[in-house]
Amino acid sequence: MSTEPRLVQGNEACAEGAIYAGMRFYAGYPITPSTEIAEILARRLPQVGGKFLQMEDEIASMAAIIGGSLTGAKVMTATSGPGFSLKQENIGYACMAEIPCVIANVQRLGPSTGVATAPAQGDVMQARWGTHGDHPIIALTPSSVKEAFELTVRAFNLAEQFRVPVILLMDEVVGHMREKVTLPQPGDLPVVDRVKPTCSRENYYPYKADSDKTPPMACFGEGYRYHVTGLFHDESGFATEKPEIIDWQLKRLHEKINQHLDEIITYSSEETADADLVVIAYGGTARAVSRAVKLARQEGHKVGVFRPQTIWPFPEAAIGELAASGKKLLVAEMNYGQLLLEVQRVAAGRCEVHSCLQSNGELTLPDVILTKIREVYEHAPGN
Amino acid sequence: MLPEIEQYFRLEKLPHMWCPGCGNGIILHSLVKAIDKLCLDQDRTTIVSGIGCAARASGYLDFDTLHTTHGRALAFATGVKFAKPELNVFVLTGDGDCTAIGGNHFIHAARRNINLTTIVFNNNIYGMTGGQYSPMTPNSCRATTSPYGNLERPFNLTDLAIAAGATFVARTTTYHAKQLTDLIIEGYKNKGFSLIEVITHCPTSFGRQNKMGTPADMLKWQRDHGISAMRYENLTPEERADKFIVGVLHKTEAPEYTTEYQKLLEKLG
Repeated sequence: MSTEPRLVQGNEACAEGAIYAGMRFYAGYPITPSTEIAEILARRLPQVGGKFLQMEDEIASMAAIIGGSLTGAKVMTATSGPGFSLKQENIGYACMAEIPCVIANVQRLGPSTGVATAPAQGDVMQARWGTHGDHPIIALTPSSVKEAFELTVRAFNLAEQFRVPVILLMDEVVGHMREKVTLPQPGDLPVVDRVKPTCSRENYYPYKADSDKTPPMACFGEGYRYHVTGLFHDESGFATEKPEIIDWQLKRLHEKINQHLDEIITYSSEETADADLVVIAYGGTARAVSRAVKLARQEGHKVGVFRPQTIWPFPEAAIGELAASGKKLLVAEMNYGQLLLEVQRVAAGRCEVHSCLQSNGELTLPDVILTKIREVYEHAPGN
Repeated sequence: MLPEIEQYFRLEKLPHMWCPGCGNGIILHSLVKAIDKLCLDQDRTTIVSGIGCAARASGYLDFDTLHTTHGRALAFATGVKFAKPELNVFVLTGDGDCTAIGGNHFIHAARRNINLTTIVFNNNIYGMTGGQYSPMTPNSCRATTSPYGNLERPFNLTDLAIAAGATFVARTTTYHAKQLTDLIIEGYKNKGFSLIEVITHCPTSFGRQNKMGTPADMLKWQRDHGISAMRYENLTPEERADKFIVGVLHKTEAPEYTTEYQKLLEKLG
């Protein structure tokens, strides 16, 4: 990989990041605005001994990567809104059966077919709750090309470490944007591989672990001869309907994530220390917010930016601190208020929570956000 | 159980959950006999199944076993086989699982000619959910969702497989258990997508709703209606009306998907 900076597209950074992370099995179905990821990997994967498979639909793509993961491969699929809806069935399977995999969702405007090439961030709640039943989920949101690469690598690391599906929640802005970047060299970023069992077949329990731990995962074809199912199962992997075992396993699925939030959650804060207003934004919107905040600072407003890179689990502690400190919060996102709900929940009335929402297929412009920032100041008590 | 096949079962998971008189156990027996005769490495063999009565078979078998989501067994199996072509992969699926919710995956696995040995347990009905009609329920037959008789027409599954590109297609019944073992062996040996449709008796749902008698009566029905191609040839069109051929229906050669991909890797490597 070149050490020279070059112009790279967000989707390309995602594809290259996946290869960097060791992904060698991709299955997908073409859909705008994620298609470049498939096209690039169709060319690149065979060059590095990897497997590229175009499946008959999104459901099958998700199924195929789970099958691939069970043989030991690092696996991925990429899609956009309507395809993300279809993948939910087997994302649930991956949650339940604890199969590492990465799902890139380059969000577009919905609902339904919506506008195929228009940016939106309407899949935030679907990323969290799209598949049925209680389950934890990890979702990461890059807001630059460089970050698309880095968070893709991180998505694989988290998937492998915790045996979970990880969603890379991109958006059309970040996916199609081109920026001048120098892609990382081997060794620059950590690459994590799943833990495999070292015990004998007789002593292997694929779902046995302490309450906050991830069990080692055996590969198919290596003699462990174990059972994998989407039914609730005991630590040996076989179906059970016993409430006490279901309770234990479901709690473990949650705790293996919840007990490791510090390792999972990352975010960036800019100029929040002295701020009396903090704008919370992610993905493409965060770029416009950065500009708006700069302009607001020039006008003398003490505004900062909080940008979650991990959107799920929600960075509750960090947002809670902002709320507790009495700063006003302004959530900017390209939807009708999805992360806003989480911010309001965490703020719990401790501070003002404002919003700047747009869902018309256009990127929210810095001016729109700046206007909102001014409004918050104008309506502040004492003004 | 015969001692030579015990090693292929997770004995502690038995008895199975199927109804008394169900034909699924016969298919399972024929499958492990075939695996035994083929001398397959138990550690290098994966069984993939979908959802439904038939799909529960995977849990009883001592291999790497993957009990997937409804209709998706072939898509999961495609992932396993494509990622690790050296594994022997068998897919166990029912008529509803394979031909309704999984219909798209079925035709595409056949089209790709990926080396999977697929056994469809065709009991003409959704058994696990209590007897609703499937795409394989014959016209006019009763099911809980066709209380006045099925108005739809069933698939001809073997014709569908042939049209979609499967390179080995066979059909038999649970009555013809020995033939089933031979067909599974032949299907496994085919380097490509193999379909073996097995007509199995479901006395609890299909048989009861359609007054087909005891499990033994249903087996006799299979014996009397499933006949060899040679016998079928000699029948008049009227006599053929309620008969079907058992045995190999289609066999051809075509490039197998994982082999073609391997060639690409070698070319680029």
